[in-house]
Amino acid sequence: MKAEFNEQALLKGLALNDSKAIETIYKDNFTMVQSFIINNNGSYDEARDIFQEAMIALYEKAQSESFVLTCKINTYIYSICRRLWLKRLQQLGRYTNQVDGLDETVSVEEDLEIHEKRNADFAIMERALNSLGEPCRSLIEGFYIKKLDMQSLSKEFGYTNADNAKTQKYKCLMRLKKLFFAQYNIGE
Amino acid sequence: MDDILLQQTIERYLEGKMLPEEKAFFEQHRKNVPEIDQMVVEHTMFLHQMEDFAANHNLKHSLHEAHAKLLANGDINEGGELSTKGKVVKMWNKYRKVTAIAAVVGGAIAFMISGLVAYFAPATNQQAVAQLSAKFEQQEKKLTDLTNKVVKESKLPESAIVKSGGSAFLIDGNGYLVTNAHVLEGTNFANVYNNQGKEFKAVIALRDEKRDLAILKIEDADFVSIKSLPYAIKKNNTDLGEEIYTLGYPNFPRNEIVYNIGYLSGETGFEGDTLSCQIQMNANHGNSGGPVLNKSGEVIGVLSTKQLKADGVTFAIKSRNIYRLVDELKKKDDANAPSIKGNTASSLRNSDRVSQIKKVKDYVYMVKAYNK
Repeated sequence: MKAEFNEQALLKGLALNDSKAIETIYKDNFTMVQSFIINNNGSYDEARDIFQEAMIALYEKAQSESFVLTCKINTYIYSICRRLWLKRLQQLGRYTNQVDGLDETVSVEEDLEIHEKRNADFAIMERALNSLGEPCRSLIEGFYIKKLDMQSLSKEFGYTNADNAKTQKYKCLMRLKKLFFAQYNIGE
Repeated sequence: MDDILLQQTIERYLEGKMLPEEKAFFEQHRKNVPEIDQMVVEHTMFLHQMEDFAANHNLKHSLHEAHAKLLANGDINEGGELSTKGKVVKMWNKYRKVTAIAAVVGGAIAFMISGLVAYFAPATNQQAVAQLSAKFEQQEKKLTDLTNKVVKESKLPESAIVKSGGSAFLIDGNGYLVTNAHVLEGTNFANVYNNQGKEFKAVIALRDEKRDLAILKIEDADFVSIKSLPYAIKKNNTDLGEEIYTLGYPNFPRNEIVYNIGYLSGETGFEGDTLSCQIQMNANHGNSGGPVLNKSGEVIGVLSTKQLKADGVTFAIKSRNIYRLVDELKKKDDANAPSIKGNTASSLRNSDRVSQIKKVKDYVYMVKAYNK
């Protein structure tokens, strides 16, 4: 009962990007995933990538309003990692005799599909941002990702006042939107 | 409408920063112009996408940080050298609960065993050591014998019942004395007498039953404070076999100071008690609380108990405990705490025994502990 409560609290923390919750989940699960991947023809770097990918998937799941985790966190993470790693192995044409690990798994296909769709969207956004050029890119990142206010942004970029910076930001945003939707709609 | 202005308007609309009338107007406008409606929907979608992108970005950053932190702490490992510090911390974190439980269980077992031992052990054990204080109850007689002109009026209250007595010695010229806590056992008041029979009122400044030591403070107008004491109080241990002597009032309640010699026969006290040491000496009731001095005239202990079924096996509390007691007193009341001399200050070092005694005896007092 208590463990269940703790897991709920951890997932809530994760959804809020709380560093304490992230560290706890990370610490409790990383070694398991790492040994699975190392034992199945992977490297330390790949283990880290796969694990962090699974953490992001868990985060996305924890964020959705209708979210219910029907299994324990470690089972979920393990299932995602296992699936991701098998896929990665296939893509790379690297084979392992048999992916071992008799641990319990749950079906994560649906979740992974959503996750992959989101990743594709993020990739489009990333590409759009990259082709935006400076200082547009930094301005947009500063405002939307680092969540800085217009005042400090105008100072950082050397605009004479916040209003000018704001106008510039809107111009950049319009270009970004165009770039994004051009890609996004093709993707659709 | 200017594109930038439109953007701004849409953004303000989505953020809910519009005034009600403006909002109503804008919503009407949206309904009428499908292009604007489309732009709002598109922008909403885009902002949402941007929001998700930012969250994803920030989460990746957090994960990266968590990874680096856990790696540094040794909680996770990527095949590199584990720092030992991390290992210990990890071990501690991992076994903290187990350790705590083990400690509790161990403690409980220790308690049980010591309880059982105490229960089944022969009862004689408890009486193996006798305290050297003189125990008695006596209504201090007010001397009515007018023919005896030497005796002055006692400072003890009329109703005083003297319960016990022993010896004490000054540790500070301002009237601080050390004695055994058991000398004062069951009493609340104490008067002290010097070797000429002069009486001073004193208060009990501190008792430490565990160490069996107490500090008395003379609070009497007749007491003249002394600039410096002839003896020092030793902080470290004394060697086995060293000759020691004591001064005290074994003929209690007779006010006669008595000299006694012996040697240090054991570094620990009764049954290995490390607070005290063993002395070969024939001590009597009333010697309790007297100073034990070595040949250089340094106080090495406070005479306290003797073994009942052995001849001359006496125990003294080691003198370094006096420092602990003074520290405790300082904690309680810094302004009124005694200051005691360190190791090197004995002025008796090169005197012979007789002149040492002559000097020391003025600082050894008899204690009468009483209840009103």
